[in-house]
Amino acid sequence: MKARLISTVVTVIAVSATAACGGGGTSTSSSSSGSSKTLTYWASNQGTSLENDKVVLAPELAKFQQQTGVKVNLQVIGWPDLLNKILGATTSGQGPDVLNIGNTWAASLQATGAFMPFDSTALTAIGGQDKFVPTAFATGGALGKAPTSVPLYGLVYGLYYNKKMFADAGLKPPTTWQELQAAATKLTDPTKKQYGMVLEGGSYTESVHFAFIFGRQNGGQPFDSSGKATFTSDGMVNGVKQYVDLVGKDKVVNPSDVQYKNGPEAPGDFAKGKAAMLMSQNNADNTLQADGMKSTEYGVVPIPAPSPLPAAGKDVASFVAGINLSIFKNTKNQDAALKFVNFMTSPAEQAILDKPFTALPVIKGGTVNFTDNLAEANAFAQVLATKAEPLPLIPAESAFETNVGNAVNGLLAQAATGKDVSTSDIKAALQQAQDQMAAAG
Amino acid sequence: MPVTTTKPTSEAVAAGVPPRRRRRWKGATPYLLILPAVLLELLIHIVPMIVGIWMSFIQLTQFFIANWSQAPSAGLGNYKIAVDFSSPIGRALLHSFTVSCLYTLIVVGLAWLFGMSAAAVLQHGFRGRGGLRTLFLVPYALPIYAGVITWSFMFQRDNGLVNHVLVSNLHLLNDPPFWLIGNNAFVSMAVVALWRSWPFAFLMIMAGMQSIPDEVYQAAAVDGAGIWQQLRYITLGMLRPVNVVLVLMLFLWTFNDFNTPFVLFGPTPPQSADLISIHIYDNSFVNWNFGLGSAMSVLLLLFLLVVTGAYLLVTNRRSRRA
Repeated sequence: MKARLISTVVTVIAVSATAACGGGGTSTSSSSSGSSKTLTYWASNQGTSLENDKVVLAPELAKFQQQTGVKVNLQVIGWPDLLNKILGATTSGQGPDVLNIGNTWAASLQATGAFMPFDSTALTAIGGQDKFVPTAFATGGALGKAPTSVPLYGLVYGLYYNKKMFADAGLKPPTTWQELQAAATKLTDPTKKQYGMVLEGGSYTESVHFAFIFGRQNGGQPFDSSGKATFTSDGMVNGVKQYVDLVGKDKVVNPSDVQYKNGPEAPGDFAKGKAAMLMSQNNADNTLQADGMKSTEYGVVPIPAPSPLPAAGKDVASFVAGINLSIFKNTKNQDAALKFVNFMTSPAEQAILDKPFTALPVIKGGTVNFTDNLAEANAFAQVLATKAEPLPLIPAESAFETNVGNAVNGLLAQAATGKDVSTSDIKAALQQAQDQMAAAG
Repeated sequence: MPVTTTKPTSEAVAAGVPPRRRRRWKGATPYLLILPAVLLELLIHIVPMIVGIWMSFIQLTQFFIANWSQAPSAGLGNYKIAVDFSSPIGRALLHSFTVSCLYTLIVVGLAWLFGMSAAAVLQHGFRGRGGLRTLFLVPYALPIYAGVITWSFMFQRDNGLVNHVLVSNLHLLNDPPFWLIGNNAFVSMAVVALWRSWPFAFLMIMAGMQSIPDEVYQAAAVDGAGIWQQLRYITLGMLRPVNVVLVLMLFLWTFNDFNTPFVLFGPTPPQSADLISIHIYDNSFVNWNFGLGSAMSVLLLLFLLVVTGAYLLVTNRRSRRA
């Protein structure tokens, strides 16, 4: 008798508990879908700080609300957390409606199936594929599939150099890697705490970007045409060596840089004259100017390649970097989300946002407007037009970034602590990254 | 389920209520009272654990995280990868396991030693004892993140306090070493963990010592026991139950430590400081393979269960014999 009573009570309470949960869930979703006037938007950190992003975006979001009646709840998310938060949202299905992604993750995130594909109807709703710059649009997802993201801000790498330091030393901006090494050596004086180059050696994303850029210069490819990892090819190994040697053999980098992550430190050192060169994407302008450096005080040239180019090498100075916009598939407000994407990628908004976020235009007819330094604008435009290749557009790209990036970070740390990092050390580290990826696959 | 009493209670009779009904409700009361706790326990602890175990048997990779139910079964595949010590993933897991064992041994051993010493010194009253006690407990009272991030600033190579003292003030070293990369990272991490966990040992041992009556020491002193003998036979002997629990708790916390390496080094710590929790996190999030990460978690759970079980068995048997 008693057992039955207890089981009845358990059942009643369990049912009411689930009912309560269900009730909670329904009420939240109905409040957002009922009005269908609210969107949640995760923005990545493009300005000088998370706060700065909010200040920049707020008036634009207000404008959008005025035009469409849709209110946008903005959350700005820092780079170190962004991918994890997206993964969390993907796994739980509880995500924002619209979000920014690093464009190199596009194919990997597309493979999760959590994002809405931009089919022809959706593309028409946001103004058509033809409004975008083709190289930027190509980063939206894997080849031959409907993209799950569209470009928002364009970025490429450039070599920033301190004009005064170069002039004082009688140097010209380098056009080959050898010239860069020579200039960096000449400008390095550890007793004065001055170095030729500053790196973000603790950032796996920076490390993997340079592994790719220098790997391409040395004739390597991270993946072959069938999508198989080829990290240990001579080209990739030599490319990584070219980068790690800046710390190790060339000794033109402050060893402490291997602890720098994506943040204000590296641009800060450059702005304060502690380093003469900085390899960075064009959004460094923001931080440099916040640190008190005027746009006339630095110059930008494409990151040079070794001369003569190694066999099969290409004069690649950057990958097609940038930020893309995606829509979560399970959004309750697809129409509003599409309207918002259309708004953010409209010529008017692009012209407004490119300036504070120092971004390159991703729509046709846009001009580089974030700098009054014409030579800088031309250099970045030239890199994007002629010297940039996209990172591999395959689902394994994200794993490539983390595994190879961390391997290169480890090598940089070894070089900084005085170990002589040889070609075979690099090959072994890359082999391990490749094996780990294959086994985890 | 315990059997309810069969005798009608006097008050039931007095109230004139049919005894059977009343009795049945009285029997159910304790279960009803703990029911919310049981349900919450199920919800918060048991269900996630079962989900985790289930995840370890499916191929939960990036292709399926948006739709778990579609993930194909992996059978024992994830476990095979994790314990195949000839493959890079198994080797890395073994390495991480070794690092965790060493880390636990050092941190728990020293934390206990520090806590014991401090408690022994502060056992008998003297001026300023209260102040010292409070001071010793500060690391434990600080929020973990605030404490560890402060250490990470102190360990910076160029501007950190540690190098400032070692290189600029004491001139012990010429070249400022790195504390957060390479093999030094392990030392830094162990120092921080020790700083954080010994006050807890101190607190527990101090509480235990309060219950040892002074008369025992006096009697021992009369019988000619020196200070070391008193410590060895009285203090340690009577603290045994406290120590058994304390060491187990420290072991579990330290072995599973995630906060210290994560705050010091970020999501991917240097090889030398690759503790098991953060290693599992890496395998799940960095490689987007939650099935494999779950399999490693389940293995960790099994290991800790076995160790804890064996430890309790051994210590209980010994204390029964004693």
